[in-house]
Amino acid sequence: MSWISGVGLTPFGKHAGRSALDLMSEAASAALEDAGLERNDIDGLICGYATTMPHLMLSTVFAEHFGLRPRYAHAIQLGGATGFAMAMAAHLVAESRAARHILVVAGENRLTGQSRDNAIQTLAQVGHPDYEVPLGATIPAYYGLVASRYMHEHGVSERDLAQLAVLMRAHAQTHPGAQFRSPIDVDAVLASRPIASPLKLLDCCPVSDGGAAFVISRESVSGHGVRIRGAAQAHKHQHVSAAPSLTEFGAGMSCADALHSANVRLEDIDYAAIYDSFTITLTILLEEIGLAPRGQAGALAAAGHFSSSGKLPLNTHGGLLSYGHCGVGGAMAHLVEAHLQLTRRGGDRQAGAPSMALLHGDGGVLSSHVSMVLEAV
Amino acid sequence: MQPEMTADQRAGSWVDGDRAIVYQRCGVCENIWYFHRAFCPNCGDGDPGTFTASGNGCVYATSMVHRAPSDALRRHAPYLIVMVDADEGFRLMAHGDPSLAIGDRVRARFIEFGGKIIPRFGKPDG
Repeated sequence: MSWISGVGLTPFGKHAGRSALDLMSEAASAALEDAGLERNDIDGLICGYATTMPHLMLSTVFAEHFGLRPRYAHAIQLGGATGFAMAMAAHLVAESRAARHILVVAGENRLTGQSRDNAIQTLAQVGHPDYEVPLGATIPAYYGLVASRYMHEHGVSERDLAQLAVLMRAHAQTHPGAQFRSPIDVDAVLASRPIASPLKLLDCCPVSDGGAAFVISRESVSGHGVRIRGAAQAHKHQHVSAAPSLTEFGAGMSCADALHSANVRLEDIDYAAIYDSFTITLTILLEEIGLAPRGQAGALAAAGHFSSSGKLPLNTHGGLLSYGHCGVGGAMAHLVEAHLQLTRRGGDRQAGAPSMALLHGDGGVLSSHVSMVLEAV
Repeated sequence: MQPEMTADQRAGSWVDGDRAIVYQRCGVCENIWYFHRAFCPNCGDGDPGTFTASGNGCVYATSMVHRAPSDALRRHAPYLIVMVDADEGFRLMAHGDPSLAIGDRVRARFIEFGGKIIPRFGKPDG
């Protein structure tokens, strides 16, 4: 068992002139303040990576910069799954007693720190350098391939996918830190610029600057009362060409293991924080995990099932699709929001009184999966 | 129709600039795969066979790329990326004729794209 003592999140969008370390520092300061801890309380540090600041030792670069002298430190790289993988690692470190208060932090000036082409090319490197990248494939193309097959097998339409973009935008409207807050409807998603069919601009998350952090502790110290009850991972392939299935990616297995380790049933979950790099990502994850029947995620979203007042509130901050995606910090924002909801600090967007949250992140092309169960105590 | 299979340890692949699609098969566990390795990723056997594929298969997935990743490729866009289930039992990513759809029977030919030889699938009679 471990506790999430505090969380910090910057607005996502443009932070011109600010570096990865600046954004990490801002988020870390906010998390420390939320936890009621000082720098010298932190004896563990887990960082992610920043494509705008590649470094062999980002965790100790950050420790020196921010003013930490941890007894335990390292970085983790697992694409979009990094944020929850860091949280799971911190949970295990806390349980092992190697450290008492572990700061988990990421930030990146992914939008303003490089050209758009540069960002796209860097991200495309999750593809195979010999067999996929030379074809001019991009991340949206890999997900476009997945989408075409999934829609073919499960009768999902582009309109169904669009419902999830509309839902995330509706949620983002209530969060002042979200990158995109102007309302959209299904027709606007369908009419947006084609990127990699069947995915259009509004099916894709944006590139953002931003940072996120949390403190994971061995004991409850802050009175926020959120504990990590269970966590699990699954890794079944790296490259989409080598995926054994384009309908069973490992999310179901990872979530089932996390629920088992938490001794919780899927039916007990009353808040969901699910990775949504594209509308198809969110569709597949919801349906493979079992939070929606196959082919029904869009219809459930349209019916209000995943809204703040619905049966299973989902990504109430707006998700990657509308709050934004700054790399490792992107999925961490899902955890920050889950923490705020579980501690009833959601303000205008508080979604009832959830007590058990399921988090799921994926990295690569639905390649790496990390799931966690958080409980309000 | 059973695809013809020729054992050729020096089979050249399009990834090395040749006009062919190459795959591997383990003589011990009969595992078949696409990304070249010196061993079988299933059983670890160190002497897998390398074969040239017929180039025949069936379209498994498609995506039309409108937003190319670089200036060099921009003039080619839009282009269709496909995943094809090869008759020999492996799956590969390639380009395809724009009209292709999931389930279509296809045959590979080779084109130059971004300074490299790559496979592009089309209907066998096209």
